[in-house]
Amino acid sequence: MSENEKSGYFGPYGGQFVPETLMSALAQLQREYRAAMADETFIAEFDRCLREIAGRPSEMYFARRLTEQLGGAKIYLKREDMNHTGAHKINNTLGQALLTLRMGKKRVIAETGAGQHGVATATAAAVFGLDCEVYMGTEDIRRQALNVFRMELLGARVIPVTTGQRTLKDACNEAMRDWMGSVEHTHYILGSVVGPAPFPEMVREFQCCIGRESREQMLKIESRLPDTIVACIGGGSNAAGIFVPMIDDETVEMIGVEAGGRSMGLGDHAASLVAGQPGVLHGARSYVLQDADGQTAQVHSVSAGLDYPGVGPEHAYWKDTGRVRYTTCSDDDALDAVVALSRAEGIIPALESAHAVAEAMKIAPKMKPEQILLINLSGRGDKDCNEIADILERRKK
Amino acid sequence: MPFLTAGYPDLETTAALLKDFEARGVRIVELGIPFSDPIADGPTIQTSYTDALSSGVTSEKIFDMVRSYRKSSNPQSAIRNPQLALVAMVSYSIVFKHGVESYLAEAAGAGFDGIIIPDLPLEEAADLEPLASSAGLANVMLIAPTTPPERRLEIARHSRGFIYYISIAGITGERVRLPEQSIRTVAELRTHTDTPVCIGFGVSNAETVAHVCEVADGAIVGSAIIHRITDAKDAPRDELVGKVGEFIGELLSPLK
Ligand SMILES: Cc1ncc(COP(=O)(O)O)c(C=O)c1O
Repeated sequence: MSENEKSGYFGPYGGQFVPETLMSALAQLQREYRAAMADETFIAEFDRCLREIAGRPSEMYFARRLTEQLGGAKIYLKREDMNHTGAHKINNTLGQALLTLRMGKKRVIAETGAGQHGVATATAAAVFGLDCEVYMGTEDIRRQALNVFRMELLGARVIPVTTGQRTLKDACNEAMRDWMGSVEHTHYILGSVVGPAPFPEMVREFQCCIGRESREQMLKIESRLPDTIVACIGGGSNAAGIFVPMIDDETVEMIGVEAGGRSMGLGDHAASLVAGQPGVLHGARSYVLQDADGQTAQVHSVSAGLDYPGVGPEHAYWKDTGRVRYTTCSDDDALDAVVALSRAEGIIPALESAHAVAEAMKIAPKMKPEQILLINLSGRGDKDCNEIADILERRKK
Repeated sequence: MPFLTAGYPDLETTAALLKDFEARGVRIVELGIPFSDPIADGPTIQTSYTDALSSGVTSEKIFDMVRSYRKSSNPQSAIRNPQLALVAMVSYSIVFKHGVESYLAEAAGAGFDGIIIPDLPLEEAADLEPLASSAGLANVMLIAPTTPPERRLEIARHSRGFIYYISIAGITGERVRLPEQSIRTVAELRTHTDTPVCIGFGVSNAETVAHVCEVADGAIVGSAIIHRITDAKDAPRDELVGKVGEFIGELLSPLK
């Protein structure tokens, strides 16, 4: 797998670039996480939660009509959209909520972009009786109104963030600021494989159920592994979760799809790996979209969950080693993919996941019919319906 | 020890404030290099950063300002013998982007004496320490209330210039009172190190300065100064400098 996991590095990427105030909390988290992963009771409890609360395992679905329409590879969908709360995010929040209990902390905080991680955190908090506050940029509160209501219904408090571009990065800043003053009794449930160690490794491990199940299901259905796996990349957690259990299977090609936004000019997209450079953001060294002075660049994506100027350090490592190929999908292509998948399979994907669907639709026709293309369908599109309706309406004009 | 956001409201004002502070006998100024995502800072300093960035302030322009400030305050000689020590407070995101070695060299060359990188904890600082010392910059390290005792000593051993003790677990901002535990910790720390210890975060008036300086070698005042700059932002520069300078005078009075 990756090098130097103990010290929190993946090759030259990762680390703990955070204020001293947070260092003891990270050390505690690291200790508890290691102890938990070695503790059979914890693992059994986590498995039970995944089964009984998240509804795992999620289905491995053969997309027959989409396959026929595209006339190439056999397309399968890993149905993370079928999880309780509608995305893969619940896998991670259940794991971290269990750790919160283990650490004896009573309050959790989270950042959210699309609101899926916020909803998943609020859900886990409700299940375990934890206080929950979720930071969310006001631009995302606007685009993901349904999820704001869900979080509140679940008993969480949504704190609007008005700094910066008022999106995911800014919500992450505010959550870290909160944590600086609340570390003694609060756990910060980070929503992706980003941030200081041990978050990238820990979140990836909690998401690996996606890849482990996929591997087993594929072997059962097709008696072999897929030729290609496609996943969208915001911070990179759904991608890492499906990639890692097959990363040593060299025949499996892996593709990560970042938000290509309106154009590939700086400020118009959120493609940190494809267009960024090594830098430091939110506690880790990775690929970052920055200006020459080191200020974080503006980003844009139609999808709130991908609208982030950084990416998990392990993806940076996979980019450099060439294990994973990273590409982009534009706002327009993602929208077309939402419509296409809805009509072909009766599945409305999240705008985030639609980025992976769009890439798959591009490459499937070039593949042979006996080849297998697996898409990680990270979430469902209910939360995006208002936003999609607005955009389709504007398109008509 | 006053904290100023470099370039807030503009670089000329920052230079004028430095001159005023130096004349009042301030010995060290911490100059914050504006950053888009300062996670250790509260709204007062954060807003000043955003404001400075939107008017185009960069590290390079700040270095130019410091260079000419050093020249003007010491016109006769090329030898650097400043009254006022300048310490840059800068995010590692910026330092890394510029290249660690060249950033440190440029900062030192411009006339900075030290550097504080608040998001570069002990574990990550190992590579930077020798580079800072060969550039002639003191790498000031921070200790937090959450830092365990043995780790405090380890950080104290690595810190150069002074040790920055963060008085409260939290972000920068004005506080009415500081935790007594922090005062006790600093008193205890001083028995283990000869490096001066300064206390920052939350120190906001002459009274807290006096209180802090009973045990510490210095008090760092940030948000309280920035908030006064913000209040006087639209006034003519002389008036702003006068008002802020007056406040510095107040802060210094218990130390005289
Ligand atoms: C459905 C869905 N997919 C993907 C993402 C992106 O996150 P990550 O790259 O960590 O999987 C999000 C984030 O909000 C999401 O809601």
